[in-house]
Amino acid sequence: MHSKFLLFVLLLVMPLAYAEQAPITKSDPVLEKRVMDLSTHLRCLVCQNQTIADSNAELAVDLKNQVREKLRQGQSEQEILDYMVKRYGEFVLFSPLVKSTTWLLWFGPLLLLVVGLGVLSVILRQRRKMMQQAPVLSANEHARAASLLSAKEGEGHS
Amino acid sequence: MNRFLLPLGAFIVLVIFLWIGLTLNPREVPSPLINKVAPTFRLPQLHDSAKTIGPEDLRGKVWLLNVWSSWCVTCRQEHPLLVELGRQNLVPIYGLNYKDNRDDGLALLKSSGDPYVLSAYDREGNVGIDWGVYGVPETFVIDKSGLIRHKFIGALTPELIQNKLIPLVKELNGA
Repeated sequence: MHSKFLLFVLLLVMPLAYAEQAPITKSDPVLEKRVMDLSTHLRCLVCQNQTIADSNAELAVDLKNQVREKLRQGQSEQEILDYMVKRYGEFVLFSPLVKSTTWLLWFGPLLLLVVGLGVLSVILRQRRKMMQQAPVLSANEHARAASLLSAKEGEGHS
Repeated sequence: MNRFLLPLGAFIVLVIFLWIGLTLNPREVPSPLINKVAPTFRLPQLHDSAKTIGPEDLRGKVWLLNVWSSWCVTCRQEHPLLVELGRQNLVPIYGLNYKDNRDDGLALLKSSGDPYVLSAYDREGNVGIDWGVYGVPETFVIDKSGLIRHKFIGALTPELIQNKLIPLVKELNGA
């Protein structure tokens, strides 16, 4: 029983041994972290909805190597981003720049929200106005309505 | 009546946007290098590793840089067109042998014909990155002053060559 339990634990723990062998641990962990951080800002042009950090496509690997090389040469993050933009265009940046052609992209959802709130408030205001304008029933009419309703109910039961 | 007009209008706008979206090709990322000076390099030649080649050697003429590789299936499809274009002697075609095995590249040229005046050998693909290459084949048109004037992404087709490439080369040569 005891040994079975141990075996079970061992099996559970086994994948962890593999997990530690992730290939990112190259010689310099600090540099590697910078490479990965910067890579999350660059789009893989072969697999366009992934960053080059997420992708194992050959081009992504090459670009990561390029990033690593340039960081090693002492270039700053911004210089490397500029280099990539010069080569591949702004599309290579994973989050688009905020500028006049991308305003709709960035603020479109907010615009939709504002328009929606506007429409909602207009509709609510109209409804309130309609409620206020609705004819108020007199006490007599209330009594009549109540009797009609209860008669209906009575009918239903019979 | 009016209450249906607004949603219908919104729907039509949406359809128009989606329709336009269908006609776009997200794989074609316009190159920011158009009308910029071609990135320089100095690479060994494919046929003779002792000799080198770079864009500076070609100043003063209109030329094509075709990025290719022996492992690239689309390049093989494109290859006969390039051979044909090379035969017409309209424009010198230079090759950038991209991330290839030298022997494989040479073998392909031997078996299928060599449309290139020369091929540069880019083993690591660094020159490719410098030129903004993200897939092969790609074909650049470079003018006499060394500016990149056009980039064809993907394989050339007979239509592209007839309607776009040749007129462009003629225009650049005339200017």
